[in-house]
Amino acid sequence: MTTQTITATAKRRRPFDWGMALRILVLVLVGALILGPVLWTFSTSLRPPAEGLTLPPSFIPLNPDFGSYAEVFRQLNMGLLVLNSALVTGLIAVGQMLSAALAGYAFAFLKFKGKSALFSLVLATMMIPVQVTIVPVFMLIRGMGLSDTLLALILPAIPTAFGTFLMRQYFLGLPTELAEAATVDGASPLRIFWSIYAPLAMPGLAIVGILAFNFHWNEFFRPLILTISEQNFTLPLGLVTLQGNMGTGSISVVLAGVVLSMIPALVVFLFGQRTLREGLTAGAGK
Amino acid sequence: MSAKSVSRSRGSSLMAYLFLAPTLAGIGIFTLIPIVGSLVLAFFRWDIISNPEFVGFQNFTEAAADPTVLVSFGNTILFVVIAVVLQLGLALLLAVLVQERLPNWLRVFFRSAFFFPLILSAASVSIFMGYLFNEQFGVVNWFLGLVGIPAVPWLTTPTGASTVIILVYVWQNFGFSFLLFLGALAGIPKEVYEAASIDGATGWRKHRNVTIPLISPTTLVASVMAIISALQMFDQPYVLTRGGPGDATRTVVMVIYETAFKRLEFGKASAIGLILMLLIMAVTALQFRLSKRYVFYQ
Repeated sequence: MTTQTITATAKRRRPFDWGMALRILVLVLVGALILGPVLWTFSTSLRPPAEGLTLPPSFIPLNPDFGSYAEVFRQLNMGLLVLNSALVTGLIAVGQMLSAALAGYAFAFLKFKGKSALFSLVLATMMIPVQVTIVPVFMLIRGMGLSDTLLALILPAIPTAFGTFLMRQYFLGLPTELAEAATVDGASPLRIFWSIYAPLAMPGLAIVGILAFNFHWNEFFRPLILTISEQNFTLPLGLVTLQGNMGTGSISVVLAGVVLSMIPALVVFLFGQRTLREGLTAGAGK
Repeated sequence: MSAKSVSRSRGSSLMAYLFLAPTLAGIGIFTLIPIVGSLVLAFFRWDIISNPEFVGFQNFTEAAADPTVLVSFGNTILFVVIAVVLQLGLALLLAVLVQERLPNWLRVFFRSAFFFPLILSAASVSIFMGYLFNEQFGVVNWFLGLVGIPAVPWLTTPTGASTVIILVYVWQNFGFSFLLFLGALAGIPKEVYEAASIDGATGWRKHRNVTIPLISPTTLVASVMAIISALQMFDQPYVLTRGGPGDATRTVVMVIYETAFKRLEFGKASAIGLILMLLIMAVTALQFRLSKRYVFYQ
């Protein structure tokens, strides 16, 4: 009887939480399936080019070898690819921030004819995927004489319905009193926008910029169609070309390129994850 | 509203239009004109080199009779159904597991981990996944070999290739639905669960009767977004299989790409693009109709 009581109290004191254990097991398993391939990619890129295929696979780089990194610079014009990607992505991000801030501000604060109709029109275009309009866009670009230039990638990506929507929401959350006071003091709408509201809207602008950066840095479909010569390729396009050329050649060289291409996204992930999360889910907002 | 006084005192409509000019001009040129262009182009035969020729509905009838086009619609719909069900199911399960009873640091860790693939490029992901699923030297088959399963020809058989495309797509995209569900779960007041447990609901029944109805608006939005995005699948099949073996993994967007830019049949490609756009619009409309019946708004 005493033993029974003891075990009973012991059980009551520290019951093994099977539910919690199962919960954590499932999470760890899925976590491993998500992070495993990324770890393997990183670790394999640190193998010598000739040993990329060797099994067992490596997940932890014990003897890092940077030969594959040197090799990917030899086989691809990495400098130019990075420069192109940075130019395209950076200019799209800045262009989106500027144009979305202006348009969002007008929709939030300024009064003009056709406001609600124009806003509905902007919202309606948010649903239309670029994959559906790519054929006429290609012809338009060709007609403008921009075929096979970086501008062909940049210009069509600057107008942003989503960014405009996001910035309008952001401006609507800011107090209107500041504008009233500034108007009494005789400031012009452009001045009020530029020196009062644009600085206040920086967090919203950061969302637009980071989303644009992340999306266009990774973009593959449009560069595949709108650029022809290798000197205008962006990073993802260059990597896919390399993988295609090599077939099943040295995978650690291709993976070295893949790892390098992930660095900017990784930086954004480490320092702007919150902003990125807010932006991604903002479109589904209530 | 006080915002009105701002504009009344100073801004004419002209100023507003100046603010809107870059966005409206851009959307006009690069979205509206292309939509109208698609509509017109779909009724012409045009290879860019010779003059466009009006052909009526011929592009549509040709597309409807083209086995590759038909197969691509079949593949896409199959991929969308399986991928979206997997993506939403996994996302909801994990969101519930992460949101409930987990210490905060673990919650932050898993949230970051599941969100991580979203920031990668689909092309890069497809490149390394292609190596992982390689039949002879791939890590997946190596692991399967450890438990005695013979090498699976992942990318060279229709079923294997389709499976890989779907898995790779879900691997990268479930984090988005996961984030949406996580937000919705965080928004459910604790009192609701307390009331439910007083009424005797526990575990699974609690989720079926409380969680699922309460997050149904999010489920709707998450599924519309997941379907629309999966209907545009391109990067994964292009990089992993180029649509093969045969036409087994050819998606609609791949066919649009090949019809226009490999075979220079721009009219026919536009026609296929329009059908895809109609499909996207129909799915959205249908889901919002359904929502009136099944979604519970608090």
